[in-house]
Amino acid sequence: MSAVDRSVRPDLRFLRSELWLIFGRRRNQAGLGVLAAVPLVIAISIRIADPGPGSTDGPDFFASITDNGLFVALAALTISLPLFLPLAVAAIAGDTIAGEANVGTLRYLLTVPVHRTRALLVKYAAIVIFAVTATLLVAGVGLAAGLALFGGGPVTLLSGVQVGLGDGLLRLLAVCGYLAAGLCALGAVGLFVSTLTEQPIGATIAVVILTVTSFVLDSIPQLEWLHPYLLTHWWMSFGDLLRAPVYLADVGQGLLSAGAYVVIFWTAAWARFAGRDITS
Amino acid sequence: MTEGPPAVESHRLTKRFGRQLAVDAVDLAVPPGTVYGFLGPNGSGKTTTIRLLLGLVRPTAGRHALLGQPMPAGAGRVLPRVGALIEGPGFHPYLSGRDNLRRLDAVDRTADPAGTGRRVDTALARVGLTAAAGKRFRAYSLGMRQRLALAAATLSPRELLILDEPTNGLDPQGTREVRALIAALAREGATVLLSTHLLSEVEQICSHVGVMHRGRLVAQSALADLRAGAAPRATVETDRPADAARVLAGLGLPEVSTGTGTASGMLAGIAPEKVVATLVHDGVPVRGFTVAAPDLEDVFVSLTGEGFDVSG
Repeated sequence: MSAVDRSVRPDLRFLRSELWLIFGRRRNQAGLGVLAAVPLVIAISIRIADPGPGSTDGPDFFASITDNGLFVALAALTISLPLFLPLAVAAIAGDTIAGEANVGTLRYLLTVPVHRTRALLVKYAAIVIFAVTATLLVAGVGLAAGLALFGGGPVTLLSGVQVGLGDGLLRLLAVCGYLAAGLCALGAVGLFVSTLTEQPIGATIAVVILTVTSFVLDSIPQLEWLHPYLLTHWWMSFGDLLRAPVYLADVGQGLLSAGAYVVIFWTAAWARFAGRDITS
Repeated sequence: MTEGPPAVESHRLTKRFGRQLAVDAVDLAVPPGTVYGFLGPNGSGKTTTIRLLLGLVRPTAGRHALLGQPMPAGAGRVLPRVGALIEGPGFHPYLSGRDNLRRLDAVDRTADPAGTGRRVDTALARVGLTAAAGKRFRAYSLGMRQRLALAAATLSPRELLILDEPTNGLDPQGTREVRALIAALAREGATVLLSTHLLSEVEQICSHVGVMHRGRLVAQSALADLRAGAAPRATVETDRPADAARVLAGLGLPEVSTGTGTASGMLAGIAPEKVVATLVHDGVPVRGFTVAAPDLEDVFVSLTGEGFDVSG
């Protein structure tokens, strides 16, 4: 029992320390601020413009916002998904190993000692927590702003069926979980890239380019055979969680794809990092 | 000196980076309880050796042990008892000095969470950083950064300290303080492996020395033995240095040379009084006569300079 305590408790200290490094850093706080601003801008601008029902040609969620504030959260997630959320996760993931190598703390971290596998596990756990936090932040701020400006009430789903607000909130939570899973896959790619370089910005840019490339390839119909394997292909399937009944086939594929990315890239990161000469 | 296995022991430790042989079959033996000066010019392989010892770099060949534990297998057990300063300070620039130490304490599985504050404060006080503990590392001067690195190396009780150029960037006052700190740690029983390119540093605080040159350990012994191994030099002050030099050479002194009003040679086992007697007997006027032990610099040059081929 005490042996378990000894091995588990200090790892929570390590994880807490990682989270403190991430969330205590002003750069990251500013990034989270930008993410929180997305739903606010959407909610306020639509409130001010106050378009009549059915007068906009925007995405489905935008048209529904004036009916129910919950859709501010969904609209904000949709807007943030192609760039803002991946960028935020890429910045954190790219920083994990490369950032420590860059400022010279990696050699001291490893000689404390921190076992290299343990470093990768804890640092990846911190990425996961950040990805979930960022997604919930966008959704949470959107929900709060939306309910405040447009009110709540029954939610009209994409298939036209109306459900209660509680059901709608649960579905929003499921959407957040699904999108966070996709971002965690991206985070695993970022962790791997971060073991390749001592330049955290370079790692971040590489991951963002990878994400954008994935979106671009996904939009070329001639490459349809490739689409199921793309990192971002399944992300937009989160809309399926807003149908009645919930359509789970694509979401399941998306989760499977995310899991595969996590396993492959975490393992690649380990293979690269575990035996590497640390000369930074 | 305490009994026990060598604090650092390596056997033909070798590291090759591409085509460059950075560390070449180094056999280190650091006796426990000593301050071991790891001496060598920049680029001689000291830092790579230290990275090898700490498991940051995998050896191409050879093996080593710290505090009797084979590395890297024993890293988890032995490294908590080893404090290290490797190639200068490395800290998160946007965290304060105190927060940087708290971070290192937090990732140490062997550290008791309840004692973090006390350990951090003690380490900061020991290096004189208490007043600047709340400042961001970014704002620290080079000397303060070096002190913080030493505080990190002594964050918990250590049996072995591996310090790479610990006085780099310090002003004379800071240098004295750091040397006093190292001496104090050694008195408390820690073994210190101190890498430096400064001979004076070794002379002042080390009892043992290992000399690196082009990736090889060209000498390793107690400092006193290393000096004893080199013969002292006799210098004659005279107005006829050429005649004096002839006499010295005639007596069999090696490396005879002349200067303005002086002649000198190595006293290779020849009694100084016999040299003086012979000089006087041969009619060379002797105004002064000195016998000086070689300073470490002579020894060092003989090991890494002209003497390199011999010792290699």
